[in-house]
Amino acid sequence: MSTTPHTAGVAAAPPHGAHAHGDHAHGGHGDHGDHGHHNPDVAHHFDTANQQFDAGKLGIWAFLVTEVLFFSGLFCAYSIWRNLNPEVFLYAHHYLDTTLGATNTVVLLFSSLTAAWAVRCAQLNQKKGLVLCLSLTLLCAFGFLGVKYVEYSHKLHDGIGWGTAYQPHNPKLFSELTASGHYLNGRYVSEIAAERNLGIDGVPYAELDNAGKFQIAEQLRPEFLPEPVKVRTFFGIYYGMTGLHGVHVVGGILVFLWLLVRALKGQFHAGYFGPVDYAALYWHLVDLVWIYLFPMLYLIH
Amino acid sequence: MSTAHEHNDISHVAPVKVLLGVFGALIFLTVLTVAAVFVDLGPLNIWIAMGIATVKALLVALFFMHLAYDRPFNGIVFMAALVFSGLFVSIALLDSREYKKNVDDFRAVTPLSIPAGK
Repeated sequence: MSTTPHTAGVAAAPPHGAHAHGDHAHGGHGDHGDHGHHNPDVAHHFDTANQQFDAGKLGIWAFLVTEVLFFSGLFCAYSIWRNLNPEVFLYAHHYLDTTLGATNTVVLLFSSLTAAWAVRCAQLNQKKGLVLCLSLTLLCAFGFLGVKYVEYSHKLHDGIGWGTAYQPHNPKLFSELTASGHYLNGRYVSEIAAERNLGIDGVPYAELDNAGKFQIAEQLRPEFLPEPVKVRTFFGIYYGMTGLHGVHVVGGILVFLWLLVRALKGQFHAGYFGPVDYAALYWHLVDLVWIYLFPMLYLIH
Repeated sequence: MSTAHEHNDISHVAPVKVLLGVFGALIFLTVLTVAAVFVDLGPLNIWIAMGIATVKALLVALFFMHLAYDRPFNGIVFMAALVFSGLFVSIALLDSREYKKNVDDFRAVTPLSIPAGK
């Protein structure tokens, strides 16, 4: 590696003396004869900025591979559980708020756009754009966690935890669920009402207003209790998958804060933007996981 | 914006049009997948939802993650992870019903109950 010339486009570097490369401390410079011409943004064990970028990129992809395999354990648990207990998923997903889930999907997709745009800005020396894109990505990440906090706290408040912490104690919630989803333990209330010709004062279920539909659902409720007993395991899977994903969002926030500080110091430019690119790749993977989690948990039919 | 100004020596620069186009498509597919829930297609529903998610994932991977322009090796590395995850899940699913009869027999004599309180 001693005499490889610089590739086109890598700016000629100033003498390296001003840049405190830790590795310069060790002796034997004989095999690093090109030191004096090294680009300050290129670590001394790389020949060129291109080589450094490609090596870092392969590194982050290798990390993403381990992330995919890490998440696949939960995807496996989900598949087996849903395969064996479809009625539990059908029942339990009515506890999840599709609007909040869809909102978070859009928030995360937008943050992926700004992350990709941040890479573009760094590549084109657009410092203001880079700072703006990184800030927007951070804002979306916090927004995502905010929505998640609302979802989690509502559930836990109503006794919807995981495992034995699943002790729903909000009868109003149940009524709201059955009225909004018209759903009882794996069956639609409308279906049961039609089968049995249920109605109030001769008005069939289908033509009742929401209050009337509540009433019918409430009448039927004792007959359909208890709910599928394994519902609590659904919430084990729900909290496990969204929780692990949430931890990754928190990790992303830390990384993007670090990037923002470095961007404000002007450390990224067209010749050196690897960290922005790698963090964006990680962020896109977090988005990819959510792209699957959303239909798997919120959109069960 | 001429393309000459959008050049970077190290890596491909994603055009604004591509970024916004992909984002638009992702939002459209999100709306589509939510709307698809209201159409009863029986067991097809889950495959449609997963299919839409996969199209979204491809868009993100190819354009936001630059795989369409990147060295193929990075894509191959990523594909390997997906292939092995697929193998892991599908092989695990193969015998997941193998013990169903034992479980059902056990359940028949042992009523399921959740202990009250922790």
